[in-house]
Formats: sequence, C-alpha cells, structure tokens
Amino acid sequence: MNVHETLDRTWRDPGGFVGWFCAVNHKTIGLRFIATTFVFFAAAGALALVMRLQLARPRNDVIGPDLYNQLFTVHGTTMMFLFAVPVMQAMATYLLPLMLGSRSIAFPRLNAYAYWIYLFGCLMLYAALFCGAGPDAGWFSYVPLAGPDYSPGKRSDFWAQLITFSEMSGLLESIVIIATILKLRAPGMALHRIPLFAWAMLVTSFMVMFAMPSVMFASTALITDRLVGTHFFNPAEGGDALLWQHLFWFFGHPEVYFIFIPALGFMSQIIATFSRRPVVGYAAMVLSLIATAFMSFGLWVHHMFATNLPELGKAFFTAMSLMIALPTALQIFCWLATLATGRLVLKTPLLYVLAFFFILVLGGLSGVMLGMVPLDLQVHDTYFVVAHLHYVLIGGAVFPLIGAIYYWFPKFSGRLLDERVGKLQFWLFFIGFNLTFFPMHLLGLRGMPRRVYTYPAGMGWEGMNLLATVGAFVIALSVVLLVANVVRSVLRGTAAGDNPWGAGSLEWATSSPPSAGNFVHPPVVHGREPLWEPGAQPAVVAGLADDRREVLVTSVIDAQPDHRAIFPTPSPWPFVSAAATTLLFVASIFTPWAVVWASIPVALAVIAWFWPSVRETLAEKLLERSP
Amino acid sequence: MTRADALMVAMPGLVLAAAMLGGCEREQRRFDPATPPPMAGETIRQERNAYDVSQGKRLFRWYNCSGCHAGGGGGIGPPLIDARWRYGGETSQIVQSILHGRPGGMPAFAGRIPDEQAWKIAAYVRSMSGQLRTDVAANRGDALSSGPPESRRSREEIALDPTRPASASIAASAVSGAQR
Amino acid sequence: MNASTSGGWQDALLAHGPQAAQVLDLWRITLAVCTLVFALVLLALLVALWRAPRGTHETAPQIAPDDRKPLRRVGVAIAASTLLLLALLVGSVVTDRALAQLGLRDALHIELTGHQWWWSIHYDDPDPSRTFDTANELHLPLGRPAILTLRSGDVIHSVWMPSLAGKKDLIPGRTTTLTLRADRAGLYRGQCAEFCGAQHAWMALPVSVDEPARFDAWADAQRATAKPPGDELARRGQRLVLGGDCVMCHAIRGTDAGARQGPDLTHLAARGTLGAGTLPNDASHLAAWVSNPAAHKPGVNMPSATFSPDDLQAVVAYLRSLQ
Repeated sequence: MNVHETLDRTWRDPGGFVGWFCAVNHKTIGLRFIATTFVFFAAAGALALVMRLQLARPRNDVIGPDLYNQLFTVHGTTMMFLFAVPVMQAMATYLLPLMLGSRSIAFPRLNAYAYWIYLFGCLMLYAALFCGAGPDAGWFSYVPLAGPDYSPGKRSDFWAQLITFSEMSGLLESIVIIATILKLRAPGMALHRIPLFAWAMLVTSFMVMFAMPSVMFASTALITDRLVGTHFFNPAEGGDALLWQHLFWFFGHPEVYFIFIPALGFMSQIIATFSRRPVVGYAAMVLSLIATAFMSFGLWVHHMFATNLPELGKAFFTAMSLMIALPTALQIFCWLATLATGRLVLKTPLLYVLAFFFILVLGGLSGVMLGMVPLDLQVHDTYFVVAHLHYVLIGGAVFPLIGAIYYWFPKFSGRLLDERVGKLQFWLFFIGFNLTFFPMHLLGLRGMPRRVYTYPAGMGWEGMNLLATVGAFVIALSVVLLVANVVRSVLRGTAAGDNPWGAGSLEWATSSPPSAGNFVHPPVVHGREPLWEPGAQPAVVAGLADDRREVLVTSVIDAQPDHRAIFPTPSPWPFVSAAATTLLFVASIFTPWAVVWASIPVALAVIAWFWPSVRETLAEKLLERSP
Repeated sequence: MTRADALMVAMPGLVLAAAMLGGCEREQRRFDPATPPPMAGETIRQERNAYDVSQGKRLFRWYNCSGCHAGGGGGIGPPLIDARWRYGGETSQIVQSILHGRPGGMPAFAGRIPDEQAWKIAAYVRSMSGQLRTDVAANRGDALSSGPPESRRSREEIALDPTRPASASIAASAVSGAQR
Repeated sequence: MNASTSGGWQDALLAHGPQAAQVLDLWRITLAVCTLVFALVLLALLVALWRAPRGTHETAPQIAPDDRKPLRRVGVAIAASTLLLLALLVGSVVTDRALAQLGLRDALHIELTGHQWWWSIHYDDPDPSRTFDTANELHLPLGRPAILTLRSGDVIHSVWMPSLAGKKDLIPGRTTTLTLRADRAGLYRGQCAEFCGAQHAWMALPVSVDEPARFDAWADAQRATAKPPGDELARRGQRLVLGGDCVMCHAIRGTDAGARQGPDLTHLAARGTLGAGTLPNDASHLAAWVSNPAAHKPGVNMPSATFSPDDLQAVVAYLRSLQ
C-alpha cells in the first residue's frame, strides 16, 4: 500500500450508520456545517417570503399578528445566530487547515461537538416554531416584552436557550480556530505570511471570545427571571430594563462584525486570485482588521440613541460609529488599488466581489447616517434600519459568501459550478436585492416603523411595499438557481483539477477534493502566496507518520516546528455529549432542577470522551521511540 | 449519498413532524375565543394555556382583586394562596364565586366581568396555590415582589375550610361544572 | 383623518416643526456627502475595471509589485474620508445641541404614558383644577413648545411623530422627555416605534396641531365632565354602559366610572379614531369595535361585548354623545 492510501486510511472518517456520528475530519464537519447553515438560510428566507406576502398590501390578512411576530423573530434569529455567524466559522473549519498547510484542525472532536450543538439548537428553535411556541419578541428580545410578565409560556425561553446553544457553538469554534491559526501552520508560515482570510478569522475569533459572554449572561439572566423569578430586569425590585439592552448590544454590535470580518477575508482571497496579484498593502489590511475589531466594542450604544441616556455620552458613540468606517474604507481602497493594478479575470466569484463595492458601501453610508444621533432619532426602528442592515449584511457578507462558494466549490467537490448559470444567478440576486431593499430606505423616512404586521392604506407606503415583495421573490428565484447549480455540478459538473483558478494560497496545492489527510507532504512556506512564488528548498516536511494521526505543531509567531502531536481519532462521544447537553439545555427551560440532574449524563459523556485509550497511548510511545 | 446521510437529512423532518403532531396548546394565543363552559370533569381549557393564565394575572391586578385579597395573602378577603377554600377550590367553584359573589363580602361580578375573563382569573387564582402545571402557571410579575412566582409554588392539596359550616353543603352541591 | 386632508402627516421628509426641520437639514447635508462618496467609490471601481488589463487563470501573477504609488493614493483617500467623517461628526453634534436648545418658555407640559396598545395623555397645568386626562389623540397648540414627559405602563414603547420631531422611548421604570414645537397647523400621525407586542402595528397617535384659540376651546371642552345624555336612547345606553363591564376598565368623568385600565372615554366622540388609530370614529365602526374589538385588533385587551342589537344601538348612541 502506498503512502497516499495509508494516509487516507488513517485520516478518513469511518463509514456506516454509526460511523456517520463519529466523524471528526474537519472537511467532513465543515461541509456538514456549511450545508446545514444554508438549509436554515433557506428556511429563514422562506419565512421572509411569507412576511413580504403579508406586507404586499395594506391591511392584508395572509397571516395574523401572532404568527407574523413569530416569523420576523425567527427570521432574524436564524439569520443572525444560525446562519451568518456559523457559516463563516464553518467555511473556516474547512479551509483553514488547508490554507495553513496542516493535516488537521485543532481539537477535532471539539469541532464536531460544536457542530452537533449548533444543529440541535437549530432543531429546537424550529420545533418550537412549528409548535406555535416560536419566540415572538424580536431577534434581540427586549425586556420587559420578552420578560416573564409580558411573554407568557415558553416562547422567549426557547429564544434564550437558542442563544445558549449558538453561543456555545460559536465560542467553541472560536477556540478551535484560534488554536489552529496560532499553532498548526506549515513551517515558515510566519504570522506576517498567513493569508488575509486567516487574519480575518483570527481577529473574529478573539472578538467572539470577548463579546459572547455578555449575551450568555444576558440570556441566562432572562431565563432565570422567567423561570425562577430573579429581578435582573424588573425595575420595581431594583432591576433595569435598559440593562438588557446594554448587555445585548455590547455583544450585538461586535456580532455583526463576526459576520462582516470573515467576509472581508473572502474578499481578499478572491480579489487576489482574480487580479493575479497579492492585495495591495498587506500590513494595512491586517491592521484594519484589528482596528475594526477593537473599535466594534465601542459602538453598542448607537442601538440605544432613543433612550434617556445622557446626550454627551451618545455623542461619543457617534464619533466611534463614524470612525469605524475608516478601517473598512482603507480595505476598500486597497482592494480598488489591487483591481486597478491587476490583470482581471471576470468570473462569477469576482462578480460577487464587485457587488460588494456597490451594496456594502451603500449600506455603510446609511450606517454613517444612523450613527449620527439626530438622524437616528428619526429613522431608528423604521424600515430605514431594515434597509441598512440588509445592505451591510447581504452586501457585506452574503455576496462575498456566495462568491466564496463559487470560488471554493471546485476544491470542496472537484467540480466547477456552471459559469453561465452563475452569472444569471448573480444578476438575479443583485437586481432582486436592490428591488427589495432600496425602497425600504424611503419607506422608513416616510414614516413606516419596523416590525409591523400591517399598515393603513393611504400612507403612501403601498407601492414601495409591493416592489419589495416582488424583489423578494426574485431573490428567492436566484437562490433556487444557486441550489440547482450546486446539485447539477455535483452530479455532472466539469472536473476542476487541483487549482482551476491559478490561485496562490496553499489549499490549492491539494487535490480537489482534498484527500482525507490534506497533504501527503505538508509544505514549507517562504512567502505570502506560496503557490505563486518560485520554489525554495526545503519545500516539504518529511518524517510525519502516515499510519498515525500525526500533526506538526509550530510556534506562534514564526511557525518554527515545535513538536509532533498525535491527534484524536473519530469518536461517537462528541455526538453523545452534544445530545446530553441538548437534554440539559432543553429541560432547563422547564425546570431549574434540570441543571442538577441533566448534568449527570453530560458529565458521563464527557468523561467517556476524554477517557484515555491504552492502545493509543502505547502506539504514541512506540512512535516517540522510533519515528 | 449513503443511507446514513439520507437518514440524517430525514431526521430533522421527523423531529419537526413530532412537534407538530404533539401540538402545543400551552402556547396558543386565542385572542377571541368562543366561550362554551366546560363540562364536568373536563380539564379547564384556560388552565392548559399560558397566555390565558397570564391574562388572568393581569385582570386580577386591573380589577383590583388585591384590594381585598392582597397578592393572594388575604386581608379583608380570605387568602388565595393556601389550600383552604370556603366555597370550593375547583375552577368552576371559583368562577361561581367571582360571578355570583359569596356571603361575607365577595361581590358578584356577573355583568361586570365577562365570563371568559372570569375563567382566566379563576385559572390564575388556582395557580396561586400551585394547582397548575409549572409551564402554564404565571411567572413573576414586573412589580414589587409579593412571593415566589406562581410557577415555583408547590401544589397545595385543596381542602374545604373546616372552620366554615357552609363548606360542607357547598362541597356536596358544587361538583358538576359551571352552574348558572 | 386621512392623508388627503393634510400634507405629509407621518413623514420625516416633510418637517413641520423646528426639531424635525433641523434633522431634515442635517439629513440633506449628510445625504449629499454620502452620495458624493458613493459616486466616487463607484467611479474608482469603474475606472479600475475599465483600465486594468484582462487576464486568465494562466496569466503569470505579479509576485512583489511596487505598491508605493497605489498606497500613497490610498493614503490620500483615507485622509479625505477622515475629513468628511469629521465634518459629519461636527454636523451631528451641532444639530444635537440645536435640538436641545429649543426655547421652552411658556411650554405646555404633557405626560404621555404608553400601554399595550394605547396612549394615555395627561395635560398638566400649574393650577391643578385645570389638568385633564384624555387618550389616543394628542392636541398641540400651534407655535407653542411642548414638553412631553414619557412613561410606560408595561413594556418599552416609543413615541414618534416624524413630521414634528425624532422619537423617544417610553421605558418602564424610567422617565424620558421629548420636547417639540409644531409650526404648522393640521393633522399629523405618530406611531409607536418600539416593538411592543401583538398590536404594535396599530398603536398610532393622531396629533392635531390647533391654532391657539381652537386649542384653548378644545382643552376647555376636555376639562369639562361628560354631558348628561340628551335623548332616551342615549340614556338607555348610559344605563347599559354604567351597569355593564365597560366601567371595569374605562373612566367617564361626571359619572361613577373611574377605572384607568383602558382609555378615558369622557370625550370619546371628539376623537377622530378608535383603538389608537385603528378605525375611524363613526357610528358603524364604533358598533363594530364595541361588539368585537379583537376582530379589528386581534390581541387587544378589551373583551367582546354581548349586547343585543338594540342594546348595542343604545350604547353607541350614548358613546357618540360623549363629545
């Protein structure tokens, strides 16, 4: 048996029904994760179509207020917590080890657990929605409306626990990503040589670790207020309704950057490849990402300008909200310079990137408007905000994401997506998107508040609402085309080859799709675009075992080889632990005693997960003596 | 796609289907219900619905039941949070008390409080002594705290108040549903 | 009340008071700056796309190009962006100060309390006998500033009258303030702008800006207690209302009805809408509302009434007499 086959056998996931639950290969988990996020993207999109049908005409009666309120809450919650953030982490899970020249992601079993936890959270939320128990207080669930007095039943509890699920998944993925980027790089890939997408994920993951605890605390306080009668948000007993807003938005503003910054990473990778040159100003780009991350923690009060916080304090947040435009502007200018000095290849991934310049810049400018207190006091909580947030999130994240799908699909599957369908699908999405969301700027200025299930006739809002509804269906058609393109390509697309785009980063040095162990001989790196720079000795790492899961661990700054580690084998325990954790979380919606009793299966599962295996330890020791 | 993959794709569908079939009576918001009175022995509809119990709590506050009953601790009127009931602690008996009054000072609210609201208030009153399921009972109110939230109260075994001679005859007669 | 009787009655782009006008000025400047920036960025993109030569995936990539000139241009662009943002910041702060400096001499003091899903309004006065309560329709005197003290009776609401001023939240446990002045008489519409539950969509606040004399007349009429009903039908209606469940929630000053859980009905017939802007206030809509509010505003806390058709006619006649 040759080294390819041995390596493949060592690293691949087990087959069969039970084996499906034991998978820990980062590519397997990554693809499952990406596919699941897109399923929920489509689900939330379907909810939006129903809402748009309801709003197409004044005083419409497609659905009533109770269902409408559940739909917009679940739409927002899904898109923000179950699609936009996880899909970025999922793409990173798949791509980072390949981009960094490693055979594996860090903590593969934890990575698997994070996926299962995420999936169970999604299922819980949608089971609740189908049960008539969908949360209905908005995706940011302000108290007292979401509190025990004004949200009877378990609807807001399902929301709060969904936060727990998705935050846990997000935090664990961040740990995995940070560890991978800092410790599992190819020798020679110093920090100043890692791809800009890796910088974006590193910065995002640190942000996640600082911001998510705030919302974890807030959602836990909401659960205890509702379940056992604490008074965190009860003004009559010393609590404060505004405490929720501070805690939530301290997380919530950075959260939109969890979504945006990885997309900036996609932009850099795609622009470099399709301009046939590295992005202008690598250092400036990296510093911009870091500056954006730091500044994003200083903006949260701009969601609270209509409250009675002191005016001078609000002005500081205006200043910060305007300032954060600068690092992003720097990135945009560097990309424009890259395009201007490159040799352009106008394929579908680049089209999506170009759309970013139109849509995100427009959204960012409406964001500048919203950051100015006097303007915000008119357009806050209106359709102007709905327009802004969709411009920045769809233009700034979804367009680059779809471009990234077109870009990396050949690597995932070994097939190219159809170019003609891709271009058609792009134009449908671009036109449909602008048709849907541009009129909403005007709707907000003309007085239409957000989160209304209907509106009176004669306000001048009918035409714009109808236009938005038509646009929404155009978007839906475009998404259907994307899915059709993917399915068709998987079944009979053109074979892609290792590096169909002639790109410079390391993931393109593997086969398409990559073998289970990624690199037969992990590369040594001498520059920022390893596949574009002429080879230099040594080119590969020799000596890693191929019959054990041996990974080279390197130092943080300079990626000097540090030691060889044996990585965990596939295991059912991450799935079982996630199932036990799900039981704990869901049961604790109904009784506080679940925290005690349902912890026991979790503890047992985790103990089984970490129980050392005598056979594996012996094999490691043998490897140490004679590598 | 392997058989395992296919099963995995189908699994979420099964979960959702189970949820739909199970239904979730607790969470329905019946904004304009028709109000037939329940039959004897039937579990009261309002006592299976969290929105109705929460509306009952709101109406208890709005109609100033606390003026005599405080937050359930009693004052001019008897306490509602304990297990002792002068005129019966079943929901229909409490509805009777609300609508037709009782000797000793309980006013008759028939014609003042619509029947459906009386059932909601009665369901809430029952939750004050822990008679309702914890997921249906009201949670803490956004007000000064007057005790643990109704959903955290342990269930008191309903008994008639032995100090009131009227109780015995009430108990004998107030068995079958709502009598009006 | 409908849009055809007024111009831009719920429209931030048609400002009819100094607060809204100052914001509109800032909006116009900001829109101009942002449009310019957008156009420049798009222009730069189009120029880049037009001038850059085309390549294919086999085109040899540039490994270490000299980027000093592009980086200098990027630097200039960043400097320009910084200056523009600074200008917008200055504009924002200047407008903030202007909004805070609305002259408040001789201001009218109003307390607005938000409920699910209606507004209770208390007109304050240094002389306590001249204060009065109303609901769901705000009247303001033309050209005289008003200080609205905002409270909430349940969840967070937000009062927004875009033609007159920016919005302010009504937060339980806190008191917020909104100051404004209306400089054009007419009918306006405000709306709750913070999601507050099932009927957030129908929590409107019609606003009538009246000439001072007309406002004084209105206020005097509001201060008065309800006139006794004139005809027998209305008297029968009054007996039904006072003897039924309406009085458990509603007040009608001048009668024994004094509950405050629902809107004050003392001068119901003088209002233009029912249900906080949900329905027009005329006999047929009033009958429909009273008999089944949930059919028009599902989730509303007001129960259906069980009047017979004759009784309903009497009740409506009485309520229509509450001018």
